[in-house]
Amino acid sequence: MAEVHLPTTEFEEADAAHGNQHGVTDEPNADAEPMVSLLSVEGELTRDETYSPYLDALSAEELLSFYSDMATVRRFDQEATALQRQGELAMWVPMTGQEGAQIGSGRASKPADYIFPTYREHGVALTRGLDLSLLLRQFRGVSNAGWDPRETNFHMYTLVLAAQTLHAVGYAMGMARDVAAGLAEAAATIAYFGDGASSEGDVHESMVFAASYQAPVVFFCQNNRWAISVPFEVQSKVPLVRRAGGYGFPGIRVDGNDVLAVYAVTQWALEHARSGKGPVLIEADTYRLGAHTTADDPTKYRDRAQEDAWRLKDPLLRLEKYLRSLGLADDEFFAKVSAVGDELAAHVRAAVVTMSAKDIGASFANVYATAHPLIAEESAWQRAYEASFADAEGVAE
Amino acid sequence: MSEQMMSMQQALNRALADTLRNDPTALILGEDVGTLGGVFRVTQGLAKEFGAERVFDTPLAESGILGLSVGLAMAGFHPIPEVQFDGFAYPAVNQIITQLGRMNYRSRGVFPMPVTLRVPSFGGIRAPEHHGESLEALFAHVPGLKVVSPADPQQAYSLLRYAAGLSDPVIFMEPKARYWQKAAVDMDTTQSPLGARIARPGKHVTLVAWGAMVARCLQVAELAAEDGIIVEVVDLRWLKPIDEATLTESVTRTRRAVVVHEGPRTAGLGAEVAALISEHCFDTLKAPVERVTGFDVPYPSGDLEDEYIPNIDRILFGIQRVLEHRRG
Repeated sequence: MAEVHLPTTEFEEADAAHGNQHGVTDEPNADAEPMVSLLSVEGELTRDETYSPYLDALSAEELLSFYSDMATVRRFDQEATALQRQGELAMWVPMTGQEGAQIGSGRASKPADYIFPTYREHGVALTRGLDLSLLLRQFRGVSNAGWDPRETNFHMYTLVLAAQTLHAVGYAMGMARDVAAGLAEAAATIAYFGDGASSEGDVHESMVFAASYQAPVVFFCQNNRWAISVPFEVQSKVPLVRRAGGYGFPGIRVDGNDVLAVYAVTQWALEHARSGKGPVLIEADTYRLGAHTTADDPTKYRDRAQEDAWRLKDPLLRLEKYLRSLGLADDEFFAKVSAVGDELAAHVRAAVVTMSAKDIGASFANVYATAHPLIAEESAWQRAYEASFADAEGVAE
Repeated sequence: MSEQMMSMQQALNRALADTLRNDPTALILGEDVGTLGGVFRVTQGLAKEFGAERVFDTPLAESGILGLSVGLAMAGFHPIPEVQFDGFAYPAVNQIITQLGRMNYRSRGVFPMPVTLRVPSFGGIRAPEHHGESLEALFAHVPGLKVVSPADPQQAYSLLRYAAGLSDPVIFMEPKARYWQKAAVDMDTTQSPLGARIARPGKHVTLVAWGAMVARCLQVAELAAEDGIIVEVVDLRWLKPIDEATLTESVTRTRRAVVVHEGPRTAGLGAEVAALISEHCFDTLKAPVERVTGFDVPYPSGDLEDEYIPNIDRILFGIQRVLEHRRG
């Protein structure tokens, strides 16, 4: 039966009459959007006037460490997934496939910058020097966070999507005030979020506020194409990077599987933000090769062919080709990287199996920063309740 | 004594000015709080006196205002955000509950949240829809938040100064119907800002109220006294945590209690008050705790709010019910 498209509203009718002059294309075509890409899938580096200078400054050791960081966090990701399958973690959030976006952007940050991750930025955590076993505390269920964020300026994971993007703006404003008062060196925040979270109102509000106050924040969107089972096209009909123009700040789309391009673009954006010129949006085009979480089965909602196509764009493979072509790395190097990853995996495994939560009594601490009679009362009751199970010898059963 | 006659709006303004003066990290932010001085003029003149860096207008987005405040607090500042009307706090509820209320807990004390959220609250000014909500039960239910409401200019000054000096998030509910009534305020009062206060001592029945209902209960007490009924009025002030000791002490003496609030009855804060009184005063109570509250309907249009908010007659009727109660 031939489908006849009938206008359903007067507006659509009017659009049809005017040939849809809204400037919106009918078909979302993210691939047609300009994108910064420096290292090709074949491992060949091209020059870019704006971004290549950031790479020129890299030493051979640094280039090699970009690879080892990506390989290490991938190994960590595999180990965490295995730990979940073996019942040591309640859940895990795999990041494999996004190493380029995470290591590239994380390595561009300075220690004084403050990072607001979502809950998948294990690669960024590595670049900030966090002991990755601490990431697992939350997923083992022994903590709601797991580390002291001040030690690495890497914030706790935020599970309510996009809530942290606003915190990043407020924190950046605070930093700018300290800089203006001569109390601190220029620094910026990075607010990570995904293509799914981009639909949240808090992302919009954070961009409005950041633009209004010219806050030193870099919005780093990893568009990994899938929000659990929902494809990017459901979130947006146009590439997300175009939104930046609407807010009045620069937007850059970058090949998220090109760790060098991501590094250079993020360097540029952070410098822009730190120098008081306001926020930048980076959309890193990448792909979540695994499941959303270990509770999910991507074969139920996406084609294997799509995954296979993205495997060819693997961020590690192309950097390996490049490093080999330069003669910077040989089999020995890659074997060593692999051994470092195994060491980390062993450390993480050993740390995780001993992690346990304190008893519920510890939950009463830090509900408030100051004394609170209700907390004191309930805490005392809980202690007495626990004590009531002690046997005649005073030993809790 | 440095007593001055002033309205609650003036007392709040004074408390904010004193806070900004004494705490260099204090910042005021919200919609129209800068140049205009707020739609209720509570921040009037503060941007001029303390500069647009410290008292600033925000884009029109409540979640943004609260999320920004969380980030500023993390960075070591002490934000005092304003949400323009109670009903517009709802768009910020996610940030308030999932972030502000538990950041200190999640971070194990690394990031305390010294955020004082001012919310012009409750009804009584013939405002349009969504301008007369009672949010206390919602926020009192959330671990990590403190909730307080002043009843008069003195409480407004003392409680805001105290709340703004705390390292914990406080939802500060300003009864907008009471912004303009003047009373004496002692800026150097030695009265504790903690807990509840006996607004009027009595002996036959305890009225428990907060915000604008305190003044109404005091009117009721005057009228009841003409009939020889000596009513005690407890101004609860802090709705989280509730001052159980003052409540218990009062009701143990009077042996009867009526709790009065504007919000709907079901799961309202009156239920919590009644439960506490039942737990602590069961043996001395002569009657079940009576609740005189708004109805379980959406807040009505302005013309009907006098019939929705507990009025003098309904409160007197509540008193009569507990006085006449006979055990079966």
